[in-house]
Amino acid sequence: MVNLEAVSKSFGGRVIIRPTTLTVGAGERVALIGPSGCGKSTLLRMVVGLVFPDEGTVTVSGTRVTPASARGVRRKIGYMIQDGGLFPHLTAEENVTLVARLEGWSAERCRAKVQELAKLARLPEARLPVFPRQLSGGERQRVGLMRALMLDPDVLLLDEPLGALDPLVRARLQEDLRTAFETLGKSVVIVTHDMTEAAYLASTVAVVHEGSIVQKGPMRALVETPEHPFVKELLGATRTLEEALA
Amino acid sequence: MRRLLALAIALALLASAGPVHAATLKVGSKRFTESYILAEIIVKLARQAGIDAVHEQGLGGTAVTYRALEDGAVDLYPEYTGTVAQTIVKDANADDAAMRAWLAPHRIVMSPSLGFQNTYALAVSKGAVEREHVAKLSELQAHPALRYAMSHEFLGRGDGWPGLARRYGIAVVPTAIDHALAYQALAEGTVDVTDVYTTDAKIERFGLTVLEDDRSFFPPYDAVFLYRDDALGRFPALAGVLARLNGTIDAATMRKLNARAELDKVQLSRVAGEWLGEAQGDAAPVSFVGGLVASIVRHGPRHLALVLGSLALSMVFGIPLGIAAYVWRRPGALILGITGVVQTIPSLALFCFFIPLLGIGPVPALAALFLYGLLPIVRNTHAGLASIPGDLRDAAHALGLSATERLRHVEVPLASRTILAGVKTSAVVAVGSATIAAFIGAGGFGEPISTGLSLNDVTTILQGALPAAGLALVVQLVFEAVERVLVPRGLRLGE
Repeated sequence: MVNLEAVSKSFGGRVIIRPTTLTVGAGERVALIGPSGCGKSTLLRMVVGLVFPDEGTVTVSGTRVTPASARGVRRKIGYMIQDGGLFPHLTAEENVTLVARLEGWSAERCRAKVQELAKLARLPEARLPVFPRQLSGGERQRVGLMRALMLDPDVLLLDEPLGALDPLVRARLQEDLRTAFETLGKSVVIVTHDMTEAAYLASTVAVVHEGSIVQKGPMRALVETPEHPFVKELLGATRTLEEALA
Repeated sequence: MRRLLALAIALALLASAGPVHAATLKVGSKRFTESYILAEIIVKLARQAGIDAVHEQGLGGTAVTYRALEDGAVDLYPEYTGTVAQTIVKDANADDAAMRAWLAPHRIVMSPSLGFQNTYALAVSKGAVEREHVAKLSELQAHPALRYAMSHEFLGRGDGWPGLARRYGIAVVPTAIDHALAYQALAEGTVDVTDVYTTDAKIERFGLTVLEDDRSFFPPYDAVFLYRDDALGRFPALAGVLARLNGTIDAATMRKLNARAELDKVQLSRVAGEWLGEAQGDAAPVSFVGGLVASIVRHGPRHLALVLGSLALSMVFGIPLGIAAYVWRRPGALILGITGVVQTIPSLALFCFFIPLLGIGPVPALAALFLYGLLPIVRNTHAGLASIPGDLRDAAHALGLSATERLRHVEVPLASRTILAGVKTSAVVAVGSATIAAFIGAGGFGEPISTGLSLNDVTTILQGALPAAGLALVVQLVFEAVERVLVPRGLRLGE
C-alpha cells in the first residue's frame, strides 16, 4: 500500500532522514515511534507529499509520489494531525465535507456519509453544525478523523493525533480509534511517542532513531528481543504504575 | 470579483461624469481670491453671451494651472504678465511682444491688460500722508522722518527692498515685520510705510495711499487672460467677451472686489455679479448649519463617488496583487516594494503627476486615489495570507486541494479579517486624500477647504473639513457592519 524505498532527506545541511525503507501492507497498522525530532513526522509527511525525499522513492497504492502526482495521491490518503488541523472558518460538518463538495458530491450523499462517520467516530450529531473553536479537544480529533475518512482513502496517516488531550479523553479516543481501524480494515500509519498507544493501536511498531528505523516488528518482539540499544532505552523509559509505586 | 469590477467601473464613470462636455468653456483659476473673482466675472460674461461656461475653481499654482491650459483641461484663466515672464517664459526681461511670441507656438494667446496691475508697491498710512505729503516713491528720499517696516520676503528679494532702496536712493534700514501685522502697525501709527500688493483688499480698508512707482522699479504685473487659441474658434462669442474686459478694471476696483470677498465675506459669484451690475437678490445670511448642509448636498456625492470609485479599483487590483505577492515570493517582494514607494509620493505631487496624462478633474483624482489605496490592501492581503498557521496550510495541502481551491476555500477566508482591515484603512485614507483632489479640480469636500484656505475663511474650511471627518467616521462604522457580514462567523467566535 505504502512504500518508502531508501528515502533520505536533509534540511539546510542537517540530515533528518538517513536512507530508510518502510513498507506498509494492505490493512497493516504501523506505528512510528521515537522521541521528538527523530524524523518520524518527516517520514509521514513524505507519504502525503508535504515533503519530498532527496533520494529514494515513495509510492502509495502503486503511484509514485512526486510534486506532479502529489495532489492526486493525497486524495487516496486520509491525514489527521494533532488538534485535528480543522479550518476555523468552517463548521465541523463543513470541514468534513469540504473536499467531497469540491469533488461534486450531492448534499444527500455528503449528509449520509457524515452520519455514518459521526457514528464511527462517536461524535454526537448535535456537534456537527458547531465551529472548531466551540468544540472540545477530543471532539476536534473526532472531527479530524471524520474529515480524514470522508473520501474513503486507502491509507490513513495520523501524526501525533492524541498528543494534546488529557489522559481520560485520550484513553477513550484510543479505544474508539482502534474500533474504527478494525471496522474499516485500512492501512494505517500512526506517529506517536507513547509506547502504550503504539502497542494498543498498531500491529507493527517501527522505532525511529536519529533519522533511521532501528527496529521494526510486533511490539512483543521488540520487548522480548530488542535489537538496538536505543530500543532498550525506549522500553526502559516506560514505567508502569507498579514500578512507579515500588 | 466580476461584480466588484463592474461596480468599480460604474463608480468611476459616475465620478468622472460631470456637467462638463466639449461645448463648455472651461475657465480655470489659481488659488487666491483675485483669480477666483476674475474667473467668476468672465464666466458670467460668457454666459450672458450665450456660451456654456464653468469655473474650474482654484486649480493650484501657476505651474499646475498653466499646464491645465496647455493640455486643454481648461480653456482660459487669469494670469499676470510678470508671472508669465518669470515662471512661464522664464525670462524676467521678456516684454509683451516677446511673451506673445513665446506663447504662440504653444497655441496660447495673451489678452490685453484688464486695466490693473497686481505687483509689489509701498503704501503709506493716512496720517503719514497728511503729515509728509508723499505720493511718489521718488519723494521718499526727501522725507527721512518716515518709519519703514517691511515683510521678511520683501526685504530678502533682490527685486524687493534692496533694489528699490538703491533705485530711489533711500538710506533708511526698515524694520522687519510679519505681513499680516504690518497693517495693524500702520493703523496704530507705529509705522508709516510698508510693502503691499497693489490690489490688496486691506489698502482700502485701512485708508492707505499706494505710492506711484515713478521710476518703474517694479516689473509690470498686468492682469490678463491666457487662453487657448482654439477657444475663439469653438466659442465665437468669446472674442467679444474678452474685448469687453479690456482695460475695464482698475486697481481701486479690484481692491474693492477683493475686499468684498475677503473682508465682507460675500460669495465670489456674487462679488462678480455686483461688478457686472447684475441685480443681486437679498443675500440671506446663511447659518453655519445651513451652509454645512448645503456643502454636504453639493460636494458629498462627488466626494463619495471619488472614495468609493477609487476604493473599488484599489480592491479589484489590490487583492489579486496581494495574493500574487503571497503565491510568488520573488515578484511579491517587488510588488510590495513598488506599492510602498507609491505611498511615499506626496499626494499633491501624485495628483499633479496625472494632469499631463489625464487632464484635470475627477479622472486623474481617481487614478491617484486608486494608487494610494493600493498599499494597505496589497500589504494586508499578503500579510493575512502569510500569517496562516503552518498546520492549517499543511492540512489544506494534505486534503489534496489545488492551489486555487486552497486560496478560495481556505486561505482567503482565513485572511479575510486582515484583508478587510486593509480595505478599511484604504477607505479612510481615501476620504482624507480626496479632499486634496480638489486642488486639481476634482470637486468634493476639498473644494470648500481649498476655497476657504485661499480666502482665509475658517467657516468655509469647516464646511469641507467637518463633512470629510464625518464621512471618515461613517466609513469606520460601515466597515464594522461589513465585517460582520464578510468575515466568517467561525473566525469571530471567542474574540
